[in-house]
Amino acid sequence: MKKKTKSTDLSAAEVKHVASLAKLVLTPKELEQYGSQLTEIIRYVNLLNEIDVSEVAPTSQVTNVVNVLREDTVTPSLDPDQVLMNAKRTYDGYFLVDAVLKEE
Amino acid sequence: MDLHTLTIQEALRGIEEKKYSAEEIRIACLSRINKYNPDLNAFITVNESSGKADFSGKKFMGIPVAFKDIYSTKGVRTTAGSRVLEDYIPPYNATVVEKITSAGGVLTGKTNLDAWAHGSSGENSDYGHSKNPWNQGFVPGGSSSGSAVALSAGMCLASFGTDTGGSVRLPASFCNLVGLKPTYGRVSRYGVIAMASSHDTMGHFTRTVYDSALLLSVSAGFDTHDATSAKRETDDYIKNIGNGVQNMKIGIPEEFFGDGLDARISALIKKTIKKYEELGAEIVGVNLPHSQDALAVYYILQPSEVSSNLGRYDGIRYGNGRQAFSPEAKRRIMLGTYTLSAGYYDAYYLKAMKVRTLIIRDYENAFKKADVLLGPVSPTLPFRLGEKTDDPLSMYLSDIYTVTINLAGIPSISVPCGFLEGLPVGFQLVGPQFAEELLFRAGYAYQQVTDWHTKYPQL
Repeated sequence: MKKKTKSTDLSAAEVKHVASLAKLVLTPKELEQYGSQLTEIIRYVNLLNEIDVSEVAPTSQVTNVVNVLREDTVTPSLDPDQVLMNAKRTYDGYFLVDAVLKEE
Repeated sequence: MDLHTLTIQEALRGIEEKKYSAEEIRIACLSRINKYNPDLNAFITVNESSGKADFSGKKFMGIPVAFKDIYSTKGVRTTAGSRVLEDYIPPYNATVVEKITSAGGVLTGKTNLDAWAHGSSGENSDYGHSKNPWNQGFVPGGSSSGSAVALSAGMCLASFGTDTGGSVRLPASFCNLVGLKPTYGRVSRYGVIAMASSHDTMGHFTRTVYDSALLLSVSAGFDTHDATSAKRETDDYIKNIGNGVQNMKIGIPEEFFGDGLDARISALIKKTIKKYEELGAEIVGVNLPHSQDALAVYYILQPSEVSSNLGRYDGIRYGNGRQAFSPEAKRRIMLGTYTLSAGYYDAYYLKAMKVRTLIIRDYENAFKKADVLLGPVSPTLPFRLGEKTDDPLSMYLSDIYTVTINLAGIPSISVPCGFLEGLPVGFQLVGPQFAEELLFRAGYAYQQVTDWHTKYPQL
């Protein structure tokens, strides 16, 4: 993975790219506003650059617990009706989604 | 008698002695809701029915409680304060809701919050902000704003919130309440809409430290539905609560009393430290060298986890589409997506995880010298509505003394210690993992010799 330099200013193109990764649709005004706000926040967090962490292991969570498993047995769960009850669009007991694959 | 002013301890005794019934207390609180909620906006959804009438043998005997609208409540709308979920009805209860209601707590309603728990003031709610009952021109603190307002205004006897970066402790401090942030993993997160999964804790608001211990006795415990929940046995939080602080070592972190802290708040906290000295505690100085880095670490890790957790809101299985997210949610999703994206992951997310290790080590070292730590909760007094809404970064700085505790996963309790300009001020006690019993003992001792927590706002 190519490491980018830690440039502090987010370009409009970068903001657009991040928005599309996050599946957010933004207006041009929003793109500009978020661009400058994110830049300000990133500038603030860049103070971490000063810290030497070469000998430090990362902490992703604080419980020291790994691989919590359960027995592979069937236990009571939700009824299909309950599962579907909040969906805006359903069809024949399924969630309905927009087509991903287009027909030729 | 003003039934809405009862502590849980008093109410349980009074119900037992048949001075009044739980139903009378519930009705008293409900009339407070009807009278004051239109103004204070503490509740998004109110539940007028009492549910089961028979609470015999139940620990909480039918007393009214409220839950932050981020806890799933079966059959009762749950919005997370956002328009994305404005019509979402959970088909199941969060574990904490199940535990508290099975123990006799009655749900009076779902309280207002910063949407998705993103905020420190309550102003990011898609359902309008709540107001601080002590001065309605001021914020109640967030993100568990409505839960703090509801209890402070006598609309329930206890309320539940979540604390990911200070969201129980800050509103508790701003509203003259006791606010508990338990050890990460002590209370199940199952059924609570996730914000930052390695930081989220399920806390609560009460008027007294004793009440706080009563609630934790029920909410704490291992849950098979939450893979991060601790197998460790729940302690008896009440048994030794009156043991006092004789010879307890209370550490004062030097870094918490720097330039950023309002001098008048600093003076109040120092008075609090003096009180503990009078009670027989030994005061020691400690250092948490990476304190000034904690906010930066938090505002990388938390938005990263948020961007991942909020990815599930696609309008397909529940809720509205992603266009319904309001600005702060979009801002945090964007920030987190950026810091996790290819080319930036190492510089931001990985780096922040490493500094998190250093922060945890700071606390481990501090707890070699002290049993508990004591410090301020907020660098400023409760601020005016609208004062920080134009500057996201200045809003984030409200969390400067609270987030560091969430990064380490350790417990902390906010306790009232005075008033400035008519606005409440709280201090926090911090302990090592699973040391809630110590925190309760220390907080209880303070409340035996002070009466800040007995004051009520004039409405």
